Amino acid sequence: MDEIKRIERRKQATLARRHIFTETVKPETFITSLSEEARENFFAGEKKRIETNLKKRKIKKGILTGIGVFVAVLVSALALVPIFFTFLNSFMSSEEIISNYQVVFQSMSGHATQGATYMSRMPVLKLIPEQVTIKQYTTLLFMNPEYLFKYWNSIILTLPIVGGQMIVACLASYSFARYRRKRREVLFFSYIILMLMPFQVTLVPNYMIADTLGILDTIWAIILPGIFSTFAIFLLTKYMRQIPSGYIEAATLDGASEWQIFTNIALPLCKNAIFALTILLFIDYWNMVEQPLVLLIDTAKQPLSVFLSQINEPELGIAFAASSVYMIPPLLIFFWGEDYLVEGISRSGIK
Amino acid sequence: MRPGSEIAQPKTQKVTRSAVRTVSKEEAELKLINRPKPKNVTPLASTKLTPDDIPEFEDTPERRATLELRKKRHWKRRMREWGIFTGYLTPSFVGVLLFFFLPLIMLFVTSFQASPTNAKFVGLRNYERVITNPAFIEASKNTLIFALISVPLAVILALFIAMLLNSGLPGKSLFRSFLLNPMMVPVASVVLIWQVFFSYNGVINGIAEHLSDSFQKIDWLKSEYAFVVVVLLFLWKNLGYNMVLFLAALNSIPHEILESAEMDGAGPVKRFFAIKLHYLSPTIFFVGIMSLINSFKIFREVYLLTGDYPNKLYFLQHFMNNKFTQLDYSMLSSGAIVMCIVMIIIVGGLFFAESKFDKDVEG
Repeated sequence: MDEIKRIERRKQATLARRHIFTETVKPETFITSLSEEARENFFAGEKKRIETNLKKRKIKKGILTGIGVFVAVLVSALALVPIFFTFLNSFMSSEEIISNYQVVFQSMSGHATQGATYMSRMPVLKLIPEQVTIKQYTTLLFMNPEYLFKYWNSIILTLPIVGGQMIVACLASYSFARYRRKRREVLFFSYIILMLMPFQVTLVPNYMIADTLGILDTIWAIILPGIFSTFAIFLLTKYMRQIPSGYIEAATLDGASEWQIFTNIALPLCKNAIFALTILLFIDYWNMVEQPLVLLIDTAKQPLSVFLSQINEPELGIAFAASSVYMIPPLLIFFWGEDYLVEGISRSGIK
Repeated sequence: MRPGSEIAQPKTQKVTRSAVRTVSKEEAELKLINRPKPKNVTPLASTKLTPDDIPEFEDTPERRATLELRKKRHWKRRMREWGIFTGYLTPSFVGVLLFFFLPLIMLFVTSFQASPTNAKFVGLRNYERVITNPAFIEASKNTLIFALISVPLAVILALFIAMLLNSGLPGKSLFRSFLLNPMMVPVASVVLIWQVFFSYNGVINGIAEHLSDSFQKIDWLKSEYAFVVVVLLFLWKNLGYNMVLFLAALNSIPHEILESAEMDGAGPVKRFFAIKLHYLSPTIFFVGIMSLINSFKIFREVYLLTGDYPNKLYFLQHFMNNKFTQLDYSMLSSGAIVMCIVMIIIVGGLFFAESKFDKDVEG
C-alpha cells in the first residue's frame, strides 16, 4: 500500500518538475535569434576566424622558436669557436701557421706599435688549412720527448689528486652529513671559507709548509694540498644531506653497521655526484697553472699546462697540436660522463 | 553492578538500588579525598608538575649502581657515535689542519713580524703598509669591480639561456652539451686562440678594419677594453655550468602552480616574477656563490693572456704573485690576511642573508 503511494507521489513530483521546465521561457540568445541561414553563415565565419587565429598563433610561435634557436645556435657557436679553431689549425703545417699568425705575436712581444704599423696586413684566420698534414703531431709525439714528459707530468699530478681528494671527501662529507653538532657545523663553515679562498691566499701557506716538510720542488708539494682541498667536501655534504633519514634508520634497525650504511646506502645514492665531482676536479687540476709555477722550480717537472701557457713564437708551429692533444682527455671524459655530470651538478643546486 | 542491567529490573527494586548508590558515592568521595599520594606517575602535558609528583627513590646502593650504569651506557653510546664520525672526518681534518689551518696561523704570526727572518714584533705596521699601498688599492678595486660586474651577469645570462632552452626548443640537450663544453677545455689550450682574436694585430681588429675604413685599431688586451675581454672570457667559461643548475631548478618548479597561475590570467612576466623567481631563489644564491669562486679563478686566464703586469687588469692575485716573486713576505702575509678577513665577512654575510631569506620563504 505504502509502496504504491510513494511511487504515485514521485510520479507527481516528476511531472510537476517537468511542467515547470516546460513552462520556463527559453531566453532569447543571439544564436536563436538568427535565422537558419544566418546562423550557418555566422558559424562559418567564426570557424574561419578561429582558424586564422590558430594559424597566426602557430606562426608567432614558429617565429619565436626560430629566434630562440637562432640565439641558442649563436651562443653555442660562440662557445665552440675557439675549440674548433684550435683543432683545425693543428692540421696546418708549421710554416703556414707562422705565416698566418706571426703578426699577432709580433704585436704581443714588446716592439708593438712600430712593427704593427709596418706589417699592416691582418692575420688570416682560416678554418680549413691549405694542406692537411699531421706533421705537427708527429713532431710533437715522436721527435720531441720533452713534450711527452710534460704530458706524463700532467697525468701523475692530476690522477692522485683527484683520487685522493674523492676518497677523503667521501669520508669527511659522510661525517658532516650524519653528525650535525654545533662544533661540527662551525668546522664545516670554516671548510667552506677555505674552499672559497683564492689560490693566492693559500699560496704562501702552501709554500711555507712545503718548505718545512722538505717537499718543495717535488710533486708532493702539489699533490698533498690538492688531496686535502675542501671543494669536494662542500658539494658532497650538500648532496649527502639530501639522503632521506628514513633510509638510514631502516638500515640501522636491520642491524647495519655505520660502515655498511656508508658503503651500501650513502655512496650508491651519491653515485652521480661522485662522478660529476670527479670530472670537475679532473678538469680543475688538469688546468692548473699557478701551483706548479710556484711550487715546482724545476721546469722538467712542470706539467703541460705551464708549458703551453709560455709558448712563444719559435714554438708556435706545434702549439696548436700541443693544445689539441692536451684538450683531448678532458673532452673525452666529458663526452663519456656528460649525463652524470649534468645530473650531479643539477642536484647540487636544488634544496 | 553494571549500568546496562537496570533496564530489565522491575520498578520496585529501584529505590533500594538508588540508596545503595548514594552510599557508594559518598564512600567514593571519601576515598578520593583520603587517597594515598601517588608515588610514581608520569605527568601529562596539561597537568602541572609539583614536587610531589616526582617519584622518590630510596638512596640504596643498588639504585646508585643502576643509575651509574645508565649514565655510563649513555656516555658510551655518545662517545661511540662521536668516535665513528670523527673517525670518518679524521683524514680530511688532519690534512686540512696541516696544509691549511696551521700555515694560516703561521701566516698570521708573520704578518706581525718585521720579516720572516727577523721575528721582531712590529704590530700593525705591515697592515698599514699594505692598506696604504697604491698597488694593493688598485688591485682590490679591480677585483671588486670585476666580481660585481661578472657575477650578476653570469647569473642573469645563465638564467636567460636556461629559460630559453626550457621553453620547448628542439635539440635542448645538444645545446646544453655545446654550452657546457667550454668548461671542459683547459685554459692553456685556448689562450692561443684568444690571443689571435684579441691582440693588436688580431682577427677582431682586422675584421673591423676591413668593414669600415674609419675604424681605429683597439688594443683589446692592453687598454680599458681588456676588462670587457676578460668578462667575456669568464662568461664563456662559466655560463654552461650555471645554466645546467638553472635548468634543473626550472624543471623542479611544480607545474600545477604555473598552470593555475596561467588560468588565473597571469602573463609570462608576472609568472616569472611571482612564482619562478621564488622557487629559483636558493639556486640563484648557489649559482652566485659558485660564480664568485670562479671569478677569483679568472686570474689564470688574465695571467696567461696579459702577463705579470697587466694595465687595467691588475687583480689582487697579481699583487700576491708579484709580491711572492719579490720575496716581500711580510707584506704578502698581511695582504693575504686582509683578503681572508674580507672573504669571511662577504661569505658569512651571504650565508646569513640566505638563512634569513629562507626563513622568510618558509614562514
